[in-house]
Amino acid sequence: MTTVHERVDTFHDNDQKPVGYGRMLRKEDPRFLRGRGRYVDDVQLPGMLHLAILRSPVAHARIVSIDTSAAEASPGVRAVVTGAALAQQNLAWMPTLSNDVQAVLATDKVRFQGQEVAFVVAEDRYAARDALELIEVEYDVLDPVIDARRALEPDAPLIRDDLDGKTNNHCFDWETGDEAATEAVFARADVVVSQDLVYPRVHPAPMETCGAVADYDAVDGKLRLWSTTQAPHAHRTLYAIVAGLPEHKIQVIAPDIGGGFGNKVPIYPGYVCAIVASIVTGKPVKWMEDRSENLISTGFARDYIMRGEIAATRDGRILGIRTNVLADHGAFNGTAAPVKYPAGFFGVFTGSYDIEAAYCKMTAVYTNKAPGGVAYACSFRITEAVYLVERIVDCLADELGMDPAELRLKNFIQPEQFPYTTKTGWVYDSGNYEPTMRLAMEMAGYDELRREQVEKRARGELMGIGIAFFTEAVGAGPRKDMDILGLGMADGCELRVHPTGKAVVRLSVQSQGQGHETTFAQIVAEEIGIPPADIEVLHGDTDNTPFGLGTYGSRSTPVSGAAAALVARKVRDKARIIASGMLEVSVADLEWEKGTFRVAGDPGRSVTIQDIALRAHGAGDLPEGIEGGLEAQICYNPSNLTYPHGAYICVVDVDPGTAQVKVRRFIAVDDCGTRINPMIIEGQVHGGLTDGVGMALMEMIAFDEDGNCLGASLMDYLIPTSLEVPDWETGFTVTPSPHHPIGAKGVGESATVGSPPAIVNAVIDALKPFGVRHADMPLTPSRVWDAMRGQARPPI
Amino acid sequence: MQVTMTVNDVEVTREIEARLLLVHFLRDVLGLTGTHWGCDTSNCGTCVVWMDGEPVKSCTVLAAMAGGHQVRTVEGLAKGAELDPIQQGFMQCHGLQCGFCTPGMMMTARALLDRNPDPSETEIREAISGQICRCTGYATIVRSVRWAAVAEAQAAAQVTETTESTEAGEIDNAGQPAEAVA
Repeated sequence: MTTVHERVDTFHDNDQKPVGYGRMLRKEDPRFLRGRGRYVDDVQLPGMLHLAILRSPVAHARIVSIDTSAAEASPGVRAVVTGAALAQQNLAWMPTLSNDVQAVLATDKVRFQGQEVAFVVAEDRYAARDALELIEVEYDVLDPVIDARRALEPDAPLIRDDLDGKTNNHCFDWETGDEAATEAVFARADVVVSQDLVYPRVHPAPMETCGAVADYDAVDGKLRLWSTTQAPHAHRTLYAIVAGLPEHKIQVIAPDIGGGFGNKVPIYPGYVCAIVASIVTGKPVKWMEDRSENLISTGFARDYIMRGEIAATRDGRILGIRTNVLADHGAFNGTAAPVKYPAGFFGVFTGSYDIEAAYCKMTAVYTNKAPGGVAYACSFRITEAVYLVERIVDCLADELGMDPAELRLKNFIQPEQFPYTTKTGWVYDSGNYEPTMRLAMEMAGYDELRREQVEKRARGELMGIGIAFFTEAVGAGPRKDMDILGLGMADGCELRVHPTGKAVVRLSVQSQGQGHETTFAQIVAEEIGIPPADIEVLHGDTDNTPFGLGTYGSRSTPVSGAAAALVARKVRDKARIIASGMLEVSVADLEWEKGTFRVAGDPGRSVTIQDIALRAHGAGDLPEGIEGGLEAQICYNPSNLTYPHGAYICVVDVDPGTAQVKVRRFIAVDDCGTRINPMIIEGQVHGGLTDGVGMALMEMIAFDEDGNCLGASLMDYLIPTSLEVPDWETGFTVTPSPHHPIGAKGVGESATVGSPPAIVNAVIDALKPFGVRHADMPLTPSRVWDAMRGQARPPI
Repeated sequence: MQVTMTVNDVEVTREIEARLLLVHFLRDVLGLTGTHWGCDTSNCGTCVVWMDGEPVKSCTVLAAMAGGHQVRTVEGLAKGAELDPIQQGFMQCHGLQCGFCTPGMMMTARALLDRNPDPSETEIREAISGQICRCTGYATIVRSVRWAAVAEAQAAAQVTETTESTEAGEIDNAGQPAEAVA
């Protein structure tokens, strides 16, 4: 266990980093810096056509008629396709990742504003959009269900009449924990605090919207699909199932991806439309959605209405946590989560605390809103879980009159309790929480901040200090517990060492900006001693990489990172045997020192990995039973998730005259186990903290009572700019994962999970003089103003 | 209609629709795909290029309006094989992740340094406040711009000192600024 402050101010080039972990500049940067990245919209193929989608202007309506004749006659138009046409090919509906179905193009009804109704294929982008204007659709408008609280009322309009026997808007029920045991601890607790919390609907809004280029070759029957996907292999299999194309004739390519954050996990109707269009026209077809389409129709996040209850002794010992959740899943259950986990990993809502009992009951409903349900760097709903527990722990601290840091320190799971099985059945692999918390407090100058707060309050100034401590659960599978539509959550990796000692690594996961080409080269370099500069990392092309489930839920390093380390060890094992032949000693007499095998006791006799690579491919003899070549492939099935943790402290100032919240400081101490590239880790944390500021203070996908989306552009859906965020202060502790080959845990979503409660807790702390115990996100000036006047209201 | 403009020092003439946006002209007509498109409302700034040395959002400029003007894109930022200090700074300070906002950010940052060679953190944040990055949280972008500012100041000092035949400036062996964080 080491505890170090992180300051990343030193500069060096990559030649100084021959092997292994540590700060290393990114191998992928030069192409991006020169404008040579290759994103989906950069793909230009000869004869390529452009596709645009007509979307529903209303939230709920029966389609009476569609007239496409004028659109078909529009200049440059090659095809106009409706749901009725798709239905003839049995393609009007497709499965979602949660075993529901979703309309590719609406046939009977539209069920949310922005739903896909028809598409046009034309010779250029402009002509395709011109023709959309000419499609005449007659709608018989129906009452929509917008408020999830009313979805199950007996007279609520039925949304999913496409499902056999469906008579209400119920989606699923789910529970976890022990209801009776939890009731018992609540009955004997000195103190019980209850708080209603809303985690509003938000959207990942990556800077690159979703899109695809489909190129179907009718002669050889091969479909090539460039698409904005975080899971190319899983998508390929699903296309094979949906479209009936043989899987070996489908190549899914995720080129450079302009941010994902979960938004690019699902299969969207637009991808399927592009495939259909290419098959119909015999030409390559590009579909790129615009920003409004991205915001109104693709995977949203959150939308949980929660009641949190916490029971404790008078001296601050937490006994139990109980919660009741109403989940809004939109018009189709498009949640991208392992199928046995309809609520994702929300079950970790007991947080970082050693408690006696816990229970959650959840009801999910359909509403006339866009489908989705897991996105925006949430680690499969852990954002919601951590927000719940960290908010109600603060409410408890307020009730008890205890300092929120002290209350957390008093209830942490202790290091000797790991592996720790929570009351909802999760097995935390490792953790050492108190040093992480203490480091954050030291970096923040916590006691000094509290003194400053007292002085400011005396002057009528509003300053708040917010704490959040989180435990994440990342790196899904194991495959026996976790699958997506039957595909087990494991990941492959292949390593080939070429004759000259250079290597290529092929990953089943792919990058949306996380820097895989650097990190994975470092992982392999550490194991096999070839410099990262000599290791090419390939990813994002199903024809050229081994099968795996993809990059989301912070799973690249926990799953594929393990695969990369293990495949390199496999190659090293073979290299050792070849080295023993070259040096004419037994393998037991060889010592490994990054990149070189030496004869024990005779260090002058040695061969390098490059020598061995040449021998492996050369004409010389190899030890008996050893094939030529130096390569291996594995599929890694994780034995458990990894459980990173972190302590976040936020300092805010609230303007008493305008209710504007200013995040003055943010201290983030993360523990993600073994650290491969600290520069990249810091970048991941910074991005997540900024997401947190967005969600806590400004971002929300709101709807009016008719179901019109009020966050349909970046003028309405506010994302933090450089002016809303501070210079982040980061630190770290290291508690390796005991089951991961290199001890690493994921970090991609830690900050998105941990920062919203820290910020909200800080704002509520600032508003204490007004007697405020809670106000829901987003804490915009008007909402904070209302809270200051005792009129806090939920955002939905 | 016909439009003629200079893009990255090369004069180009093309027949275009009058309504064609500059961003689509650059990307789809000229194949300069380093300039990106990210929103419909000129909020995101992934499309920023220069017109006559000033950053503009090319999704809000008609290609026809650029006729007769000098346009510079990210492809015209480096001098041959040598990256501009702004590009070097973004690499050194991890100022990019997915790379989608990066061209626009760098064009704005370069223009900032051209008129203010020593900007404060606040001045940098104000300069890029019309652009959105979803990955980095901006702090490393600010550091990247400061890195470039310091690198250029040190390079200028070295030129001066070399001219005056005085002792070496504060440049380390790798030619990198020894200190660059504001």
